Amino acid sequence: MADTVLFEFLHTEMVAELWAHDPDPGPGVSAGSRGEEVGATTGQKMSLSVLESMGFRVGQALGERLPRETLAFREELDVLKFLCKDLWVAVFQKQMDSLRTNHQGTYVLQDNSFPLLLPMASGLQYLEEAPKFLAFTCGLLRGALCTLGIESVVTASVAALPVCKFQVLIPKS
Amino acid sequence: MAVCIAVIAKENYPLYIRSTPTENELKFHYMVHTSLDVVDEKISAMGKALVDQRELYLGLLYPTEDYKVYGYVTNSKVKFVMVVDSSNTALRDNEIRSMFRKLHNSYTDVMCNPFYNPGDRIQSRWALLPVSASSPGGPYFLCPIQSRWALLPVSVSSPGGPYFLCPIQSRWALLLCPIQSSRAFDNMVTSMMIQVC
Repeated sequence: MADTVLFEFLHTEMVAELWAHDPDPGPGVSAGSRGEEVGATTGQKMSLSVLESMGFRVGQALGERLPRETLAFREELDVLKFLCKDLWVAVFQKQMDSLRTNHQGTYVLQDNSFPLLLPMASGLQYLEEAPKFLAFTCGLLRGALCTLGIESVVTASVAALPVCKFQVLIPKS
Repeated sequence: MAVCIAVIAKENYPLYIRSTPTENELKFHYMVHTSLDVVDEKISAMGKALVDQRELYLGLLYPTEDYKVYGYVTNSKVKFVMVVDSSNTALRDNEIRSMFRKLHNSYTDVMCNPFYNPGDRIQSRWALLPVSASSPGGPYFLCPIQSRWALLPVSVSSPGGPYFLCPIQSRWALLLCPIQSSRAFDNMVTSMMIQVC
């Protein structure tokens, strides 16, 4: 279907655009004596957080729009199940493959064929490039959780493309 | 007659509150504030219930001698409170439900607006308050919106056909309606209340 690929293209362009690696950042960017190196790494970290915050805002809006009609969430696990099923289906047209928890506020969501990584490679090629393609999705999860009342920290890890794991840490207050 | 509508964030501060200007607004603000306790009570009572389907619509929160207060809560714990005039006995439960559903849809649209930061007060340039639920044929329409352009169908089946309200940049409301007798027009205008904020 043409619709799913539109988001993938947009996402690819977003990452390419926001990942502008500027090897000569200029005087205003970095104020350290290490100059270019600092500029380079801060440029990279900033792009990841920009991508993540974009995902966060989208996640907030989706978290408002998707769960409707019934007050379905009784506890955290229900919210996570909603993320794995309804949110993932709405955005990626498939469900999350596995959800594991230690019941102490840590959840690991595993997707065995993540659609944004699927066209890139299958295996260990491009492993270093993969994290920036996951930043937006981490933000998406965090934003949806935030609207549904859960403050969290979401990180992603890739062992081999296209399998990826999203780790959701919910601090106990 | 809905005299006051409020949207309350999950931290219990108001995101949007609007009441008919002819009345003492402070009284409604206070009424909405006190109804939050009842809302919280109902939410926690629902949480303990073993029923799988829990409704978003909370129903009548409490009646006073002049007004009735209705509540609704969303999945993101945003509460909508509506104060209705008791003298309008024609207002049925499912009409209130449909008003809340429309409000929920509008709120979702506000959330999706890229210029809106979640948690801010909802600044709408136009607020169309449903005043009379029994206006001829009318589905009343509440629309707090951010966009400068919105074509709002106000009354779809009232005599003379659909009327549209179109807010434009210069704060003038262009009320488009088919040409018809001035009396019906008067009736229609008095049955809507347009607030320019």
